[in-house]
Amino acid sequence: MKRVYAREEVCVGCKLCEVYCATAHSEYPMDIVKAFLKQKTKPLPRILVEDNLSISFALQCRHCDEAPCTKACITGAMQKDPVTGIVRNDESRCVGCWTCILACPFGAIRRDNQGHKVASKCDLCSNGAEDFEAANASNVPVCVQNCPNRALQFLDSVREGGE
Amino acid sequence: MALSMNTPDFLIERNINRCINCQVCVRQCANEAHHWDAEEEKVVSDDAQCVNCHRCVTMCPTHALSIRKFPLEFRENANWTASTMRAIYKQAETGGILLTGMGTDRPYPIYWDHLLLNASQVTNPSIDPLREPMELKTFLGRKPEQLRVENGKLVEPLPPQIELDLPIMFSAMSFGSVSLNVAKSLVQAAETLGIFYNTGEGGLHEDLYRYGKNTIVQVASGRFGVHTEYLNAGVAIEIKIGQGAKPGIGGHLPGEKVGAEVSRTRMIPERSDAISPAPHHDIYSIEDLTQLIFSLKEATNYEKPVIVKIAAVHNVSAIASGIARAGADIIAIDGFRGGTGAAPLRTRDSVGIPIELALAAVDNRLREEGIRNQVSLVVGGSIRNSADIVKAIALGADAVYVASAALIAMGCHMCQKCYTGKCNWGIATQNPQLVKRLNPEIGAERVTNLLRAWEHEIKELLGGMGINAIESLRGNRLMLRGIGLSDRDLNILGVLAAGE
Repeated sequence: MKRVYAREEVCVGCKLCEVYCATAHSEYPMDIVKAFLKQKTKPLPRILVEDNLSISFALQCRHCDEAPCTKACITGAMQKDPVTGIVRNDESRCVGCWTCILACPFGAIRRDNQGHKVASKCDLCSNGAEDFEAANASNVPVCVQNCPNRALQFLDSVREGGE
Repeated sequence: MALSMNTPDFLIERNINRCINCQVCVRQCANEAHHWDAEEEKVVSDDAQCVNCHRCVTMCPTHALSIRKFPLEFRENANWTASTMRAIYKQAETGGILLTGMGTDRPYPIYWDHLLLNASQVTNPSIDPLREPMELKTFLGRKPEQLRVENGKLVEPLPPQIELDLPIMFSAMSFGSVSLNVAKSLVQAAETLGIFYNTGEGGLHEDLYRYGKNTIVQVASGRFGVHTEYLNAGVAIEIKIGQGAKPGIGGHLPGEKVGAEVSRTRMIPERSDAISPAPHHDIYSIEDLTQLIFSLKEATNYEKPVIVKIAAVHNVSAIASGIARAGADIIAIDGFRGGTGAAPLRTRDSVGIPIELALAAVDNRLREEGIRNQVSLVVGGSIRNSADIVKAIALGADAVYVASAALIAMGCHMCQKCYTGKCNWGIATQNPQLVKRLNPEIGAERVTNLLRAWEHEIKELLGGMGINAIESLRGNRLMLRGIGLSDRDLNILGVLAAGE
């Protein structure tokens, strides 16, 4: 399966990936201004730029082959899709117990405390919202599409001996 | 503390209806013109820090930013203009030379824009480059007086030549004044396009030795990074006598820009200012130049052409004649509009002459003296587009040097602050956080795109003239007509007036 890989040597730490991710998962996936200014709850990104001085890169869910979060989930909301391989959190079943957050070895899951408490994480932009899919016809996640320096790549696998 | 009379040059306009306070502008401005006010929970801007590089404007995801000239008016005065007065305020406060970057922005006439090209009509049909072959290939180097052939072979071998798929090369930009990513972008583009890039006076970084067959190495007055391997690494050696932006003075790289890599490549201590002297301290006459040219040829076994680069100044044709007779294979002339990473403002704006006039004068003089074949002519100093290239070749050039145009393709917005080392586009800086911003993949792609586009446009213009090979255009002044030029100008350029 294809995953998002970050290249820290060209990541400029702008955090535009966070802006586009948050917008794509908000009530206004096509309108950044409305998503941030009109929506009552603050849009949350599922990708996070880790930075320290001149090193920065974007981190999100790795959609692990053996995902610890799916084993930790007490309701079965966190599932790895057997066909696409994407690990997705079914928010209608999530009770916000945060066990998956503790289990994730990458720290890629965050708490969404606004409204119905749920665990929030990257879904490789597969959440199926209609107008979102129309824009995402190429099926490349929005963070990859909008990175201004090509620091994010959507590839099958990059490094030997690991994911 | 005495009052500072420096007022901002630019005004940052933020559309509050579109700003989402994402802070991308805060993170991206190396001049710290934007910052996050935690108490007010919004981004605020300090106009005084803005240099108008457009980084924030381009990166803003909602296009909420715009930059305008700061709306502070002086009483109208054609003589004491705002910029003239501000220069005095600055010098009164600092006592220093005014520095600037890139080429002169003064409104001197641009002769390229006063030259018109011919097009075929009835008797000499035009050629369609999409349907018929067009030759842009160019060979630079000394050409012999005559070719003698015996038994189907040349009697004497040709002097060394370098082969270009397009009559365009990337002009010298030293590693130090620009980042390593600029050099990587240019050399990869040069490799794809079949042309060359020039190391400039900063030496050749070890990562780039493998691109040797697309590299011209430069030997400048500071002799930074010059050793035998360096001389043999490229396909040609360029002796830099002068540079169009600052004729008569040497380069200056502030110590802040001399990090570990620059130090190792230039062979100087870290953090020391890299000052190139004005003359080469072993060239004080034309005979000394001959000596250096031949030392370099000896060191490289006479296998590589030697280029001598001069700035376009008064009497440039006499100088060029002397250089041709001194043994140079190629003469590169840099016009007064050429770019630079740092130069004194007054030198950049007042010293040197336009490349169009210099080229015409040199080409004429060499032909009159019967030595035009002894050197190839390469010109630079603001070649902005394919029309300039075609006109330059018609005036007599064998090829052109471009640099500013390539940097603009990579993202330069001509803010003229290269000397601060805070280039937000990752071009004129050594700060690792900023250098990252120029991804060499993207840089190489953009520059290659630009030159491919120019290649096609050159072919269209040539085809329109009924010419299918660049060598039929070289020095073909009859393809040009002047418009809006005085008799004197027309005379110097050697072209007729439009209508004649």
